[in-house]
Amino acid sequence: MPERIMFTMGDIACAEGALSAGCRYFGGYPITPATEIAEWMSLRMPEVGGAYVQYEDEIASITSVIGASWTGTKAMTATSGPGVSLMLEAIGLAVMTETPLVLVNIMRGGPSTGQPTKGQQGDIMQAKWGSHGDYQIIALTPASVQEMFDQTVQAFNLAEKYRTPVFVLADETVGHMRERLVIPDEKDLELTYRKLPSGPPEEYLPFKPDDDLVPPMALLGSEYQFYATGLTHDERGYPSDKEHVQIELITRLNDKILKNADDIIDLERFMLDDADIAVIAYGTPSRSARRAIKDARAEGIKVGMLRLKTIWPFPDDTIASLATEVKHLIVAEQNLGQAYYMVKASAAPTPVHLMTKPAGMPQLPHEILDKIRKVDSI
Amino acid sequence: MARTEIRIGGFGGQGIVTMAVVLGETLSLVEGRQCVQTQSYGPEARGGASKSEIVVDDEEVDYPKVQEPDVFIAMSRAAYLEYVEGLKEDGILIIDEDLVEIESDLPAGVKVYRVPATRIADKEVGTKQATNVVMLGVLAAITGIVTPEGLKQAIKDRWPRFVDTNFKALELGIAAGKKALAS
Amino acid sequence: MTESAPVLRHPMSKYIREDRQPWIYCPGCSIGIVTNMVARAIDKLGLDFNKVVVVSGIGCSGRSSGYFKTGTYHTTHGRAIAFAEGVKIANPDLEVIVISGDGDIAAIGGNHLIHACRRNIDITVICINNFNYGMTGGQFGPTTEHERYSQTSPRPIGNIEHPFNLVKLAASSGSTFVARWTAVQARRATRSIERAIKKKGFSFVEIIGACPTAYGRMNRLGDGLKMHEHLLEVAEIKNGLPPHEAELEYESKIICGEFVDIEKPEYTAVLRAAHTKFKESI
Repeated sequence: MPERIMFTMGDIACAEGALSAGCRYFGGYPITPATEIAEWMSLRMPEVGGAYVQYEDEIASITSVIGASWTGTKAMTATSGPGVSLMLEAIGLAVMTETPLVLVNIMRGGPSTGQPTKGQQGDIMQAKWGSHGDYQIIALTPASVQEMFDQTVQAFNLAEKYRTPVFVLADETVGHMRERLVIPDEKDLELTYRKLPSGPPEEYLPFKPDDDLVPPMALLGSEYQFYATGLTHDERGYPSDKEHVQIELITRLNDKILKNADDIIDLERFMLDDADIAVIAYGTPSRSARRAIKDARAEGIKVGMLRLKTIWPFPDDTIASLATEVKHLIVAEQNLGQAYYMVKASAAPTPVHLMTKPAGMPQLPHEILDKIRKVDSI
Repeated sequence: MARTEIRIGGFGGQGIVTMAVVLGETLSLVEGRQCVQTQSYGPEARGGASKSEIVVDDEEVDYPKVQEPDVFIAMSRAAYLEYVEGLKEDGILIIDEDLVEIESDLPAGVKVYRVPATRIADKEVGTKQATNVVMLGVLAAITGIVTPEGLKQAIKDRWPRFVDTNFKALELGIAAGKKALAS
Repeated sequence: MTESAPVLRHPMSKYIREDRQPWIYCPGCSIGIVTNMVARAIDKLGLDFNKVVVVSGIGCSGRSSGYFKTGTYHTTHGRAIAFAEGVKIANPDLEVIVISGDGDIAAIGGNHLIHACRRNIDITVICINNFNYGMTGGQFGPTTEHERYSQTSPRPIGNIEHPFNLVKLAASSGSTFVARWTAVQARRATRSIERAIKKKGFSFVEIIGACPTAYGRMNRLGDGLKMHEHLLEVAEIKNGLPPHEAELEYESKIICGEFVDIEKPEYTAVLRAAHTKFKESI
């Protein structure tokens, strides 16, 4: 399809990004503020020959997405906090069986039912640590309608490349606001597809990784037979209760993300070159911060921003080196402090200041400006 | 034109979200401006007070929501009371004169324009559903933020089957806006 | 390769991962018998085994998928049907079979069962009902009879709850094929499994099995042999009986047979037809 330009909302841009990435299976359950993704998928999937399936709950939704992915179909689900809470066990299954999928969380106010129609960034740690056990996750944090498209494509590429579930973590404001969206010509999109096995089927070891720590993935219905299980398994995929198998498996599952962190992490540096103060932000608060930084610069305060376009794996090395260049860091996030603790651990001993807003409206630019002024006067 | 903030308030079912979306489509797709549209969602699908907003700028819009509207269009009493706060000094307040009365002190220099948009849609266009398009015409005439030609293009793209009705609503809105401006 | 002494191989071993033998199952357990039934049904139908997908949940029966030498997946507890739906919808050319236990399918996964029945997706669900959670040591579950003993319904009170009748549940939820057999009626059960696989629609086959290690021991039902003899004794074949009359009383009467075999539009077929219709409309 040639280039298209729309004035549309983040949720719809996300759905279009998925379709452009080749997603042909959507399993979901309606939930505010992610419902528009499901609605758009129900409209568009028939046009591309894909399936929109509405399940009885979020657990079935994501588990069916795992099933669809094992047939070689790019698959996704989209939900909000309560839905993610229900999906957590299956996220662990997808991590353990190395299943590519994309999970969109349009973050609303929590805990529990919270404020369904208001945004928040309260699910940052849930995305990382929600399922039980030691694992790594990839999470992207778009800040505009265009990025909802671009980063959903990126999420599919990362999911396929690393055979892992990937989160798109967008606050409600980004999900529901409308902006200009340019959908590139499909010829101009770079798409990734998982590695498939190639050797003799009888020699295939379904969980034997290549040098990049990612094993080629056999598909259901192919000549490569396999057993995939959420149980700790060896390279054959067979369950094992041996200590070394557990250590080798979870170390590799962690390393395949952490050792490829440079390839995954996506950051934007804004006015940082001569900065004394660095604001760390992502999603809508980063847009408030951008305004505040421009205004603070006009007042002569040397401040810039490191915007996290991906939040997991966490860019600790970048923040550690940034902390040696600036005198202060400010974390502006729409919660009571989540990325803050990660920044603090990476930046020590450089002081890190928290500028939170655990409510529906993101920080106003002048609120961040006030914080910048205060920190500047220390 | 520097950053301009427009707020539209009304009750659910009046088409105020659509109104902001059409305005956004005009500004963004037809006139090539930078703009962001947002809205407040409540649990009510109909009734209640709701608002939708547009921020337009020449450079990329940073903070996407309205902080102090330059223009506030109030189409219901509840929305007027709920959302009038924050209206900028010397700002513009456009009200549907049959539905809204000025019940509070307004910031200094605010110019108030009264237009019977719902009545025009009902009696002259023939459908109350066209109220939002009438009001878009009013907005174009009073503020010049958007051009009538741009709005026509966006309306044609969005509702190809209802071009005549909507063009009529738009023209009547422009005329009403000019009249309000002159009075 | 060195020549090995001729070994009598099981005729179904071609479908089984022999390198995973021996089974984890206890002596006297029915799950091995049911595994054999499924293999024989696949064999009889002459299916391309590469296109067969076996999915299971958690528990003793949940381990069954791992013994089949094809694309197999062991999901989280209760989610085998949800996974299977995703597989079937994304690739309707695959033959998708779910084998799992009563706890997995009717308790934690009960919601997926009834909605998959309603949706009518062409998958085959084989539920091995042994009346308790065996793998965790024998606790009462959704099919445990009233006043039966288990690790969590101990003597002298026993189970204060009442069981689901899975045939009635599946039938009333809209399943297009519903059958029940005991593990000792191997040939009849295998034939029903064949029909269930061939059926273009959601199929549900309940196989009543024995868990001598946990349920049998706590309720003094004897060893595996005795329990299977009992199943043969109390099984009453009533093919075509209205499903709401398919009673199950462990002590005296287990109504067996095929109770539902109806035609309804199948989900993936409807989806494909909708795609064709859409293409023609533009």
